[in-house]
Amino acid sequence: MAKRSQRFLWPALAIPSFLWLALFLAIPFYVVLCIAFGQVDPIFRTSIPAWNPLDWRFDQIAITLDRIFGANNFYLPPITRTITYVVTAVIVSLIIAFPVAYFTARYAGKRKGLVLVLLVAPFWISYMMRMLAWVNLLQTDGLVNSVISLGGLLPLEVNWLSGKPYTVVMGLIYGYVPYMILPLFAALDRISPSLLEAARDLGASGFDVFRRVVIPMSIPGIAAGMLLVALPMMGDYFTSDLLSGSPDTSMIGNLINGTIQTPGQSGQAAALLLLVLLVLAAPMILYTRTVARSETRS
Amino acid sequence: MTISAAPVDMAMRDPELGRSRRWRRQSSTPKARGLATVTVIYLLWSLVPVAIAVLFSFNAGRSRSVWQGFSLRWYTWDPVGSVANDPSLRSALTHTLLLAVVATLITVPLGVTLALALDRWRGRIPSGANFAVLMSFVIPEIALAIGLLFMITLLATPFTLGTTAQVIGLITFQLSYPVVIVRARMLTIGKQYEEAARDLGATALGAVRRALLPMLYPAILVSAILVFADVLDNFVLVRYLSSDASTETTSMRIYSAARAAPTPALNALATLVLIASLTVVLLGWLAYRRWGKSEGEESSLGAFAGNF
Repeated sequence: MAKRSQRFLWPALAIPSFLWLALFLAIPFYVVLCIAFGQVDPIFRTSIPAWNPLDWRFDQIAITLDRIFGANNFYLPPITRTITYVVTAVIVSLIIAFPVAYFTARYAGKRKGLVLVLLVAPFWISYMMRMLAWVNLLQTDGLVNSVISLGGLLPLEVNWLSGKPYTVVMGLIYGYVPYMILPLFAALDRISPSLLEAARDLGASGFDVFRRVVIPMSIPGIAAGMLLVALPMMGDYFTSDLLSGSPDTSMIGNLINGTIQTPGQSGQAAALLLLVLLVLAAPMILYTRTVARSETRS
Repeated sequence: MTISAAPVDMAMRDPELGRSRRWRRQSSTPKARGLATVTVIYLLWSLVPVAIAVLFSFNAGRSRSVWQGFSLRWYTWDPVGSVANDPSLRSALTHTLLLAVVATLITVPLGVTLALALDRWRGRIPSGANFAVLMSFVIPEIALAIGLLFMITLLATPFTLGTTAQVIGLITFQLSYPVVIVRARMLTIGKQYEEAARDLGATALGAVRRALLPMLYPAILVSAILVFADVLDNFVLVRYLSSDASTETTSMRIYSAARAAPTPALNALATLVLIASLTVVLLGWLAYRRWGKSEGEESSLGAFAGNF
């Protein structure tokens, strides 16, 4: 009796959220598929989704692929640019995040709490506000220009906000590096100091300990951090819009955002979206499975 | 002999003392000082620009880079441009807060029931749902936003773009927070309390409600704070799912105005949302600490970092 009531309790608790996920997560993705594999009305330029998978056509996919790899490949530059920007930003983020996380985990001592609060602070500050802060600083008459020109003494006035790739990459790093520091900190903090002492006692030099104990043990944190930073960057269009606004720095996110607002191109937008999801599928599934496994481990 | 051994002995008996001594020794090495310098520079780089933006929200003039004296002009008394007197800024602020409250109130119960079900109900269906929830955490937000946008514009949904659509999108996107955090807490609690309640005559639901749920309150609180603060920041979903100016949020307002010669009122608007976010986090943290003490649980900042 008791067992039976328990058996029905868990599914009953799950019903509302299952319905929710089916309606607002599964159906939207199915709609994206139906549009990507659908047609476009030749006169009204509206999208005709193919609801039945048997009716799926590859016209929109073909158009999209042609714009990436064909003769008139104007989709390609934003894609290669995104890869360059994201790879650069992730590497620089790791170079910044590792020493900061390492210091906080091992050397911050009594100040660890304070340092952690400051490291977490960006999470509570809206991304847009953080970008607005840089827009203010990098204006032509902003503080950065007045500092580097020593208050107007030197004829140095850089137009930071007009299509400068380094400004956009800096913005991406600034925006997402906190997401890398925290998983790295968690991984480094878990390494027991006695393990490092044992390595020293067995004759390893300081560098050996770092290379052969600390680095291998922080690999999961490094991987999680790189992933958590890279995934949102792949869909980001607002950083480039705010810190450059020029097509010279547009990324995949800008491409998708632009096509979605052009009539008759929702098919291409859906196809581009699928392409991004396809490329990201492997790392996303890897991350999801790792987290799911750590959840059931008790 | 006994005198010289005393400090070592003390350090061994009191690990806290030993740790602080070791720290003092380590923190004076050049390596530690170098790392400390990098950390301080990083923290300055990370926080000073925002502090400057907050500072200039109090500027008496129109400039966002030249200080012209302190005033609350852009908050209250400017008859046209201040947050209090510009209807569009005021509505952006209230709409942002409205979305955060409504989305949090729905996401948290939905996520908690899902976490309970996923943790105790074994099988293929719940593990598939778990996978879906975790995927919703890592998929680029733009994918979910465009999917919902297509769905709402192409299918005869009972709601249109606007507040309802924004709330629905936000709930779907945020659902993973309560699920992951509450499940992590359930792992450390185990099943014995519920089983004891059942043995004492509680029904299945009663055991969950009266034995398990109270132990989950700290985790539920943490996830509510994370969801609330994250919704305040949300941009991609709320923008695609908005309808007109009345459903514009603070982040959308910053996005559209930041490059169009804004006044410090924009900084003031951003600062007000920042204050809302920090207030909730601070209140939540204080509550969590009190709770944590009574539960004999270590109050950890890590949980607040979404560091599950």
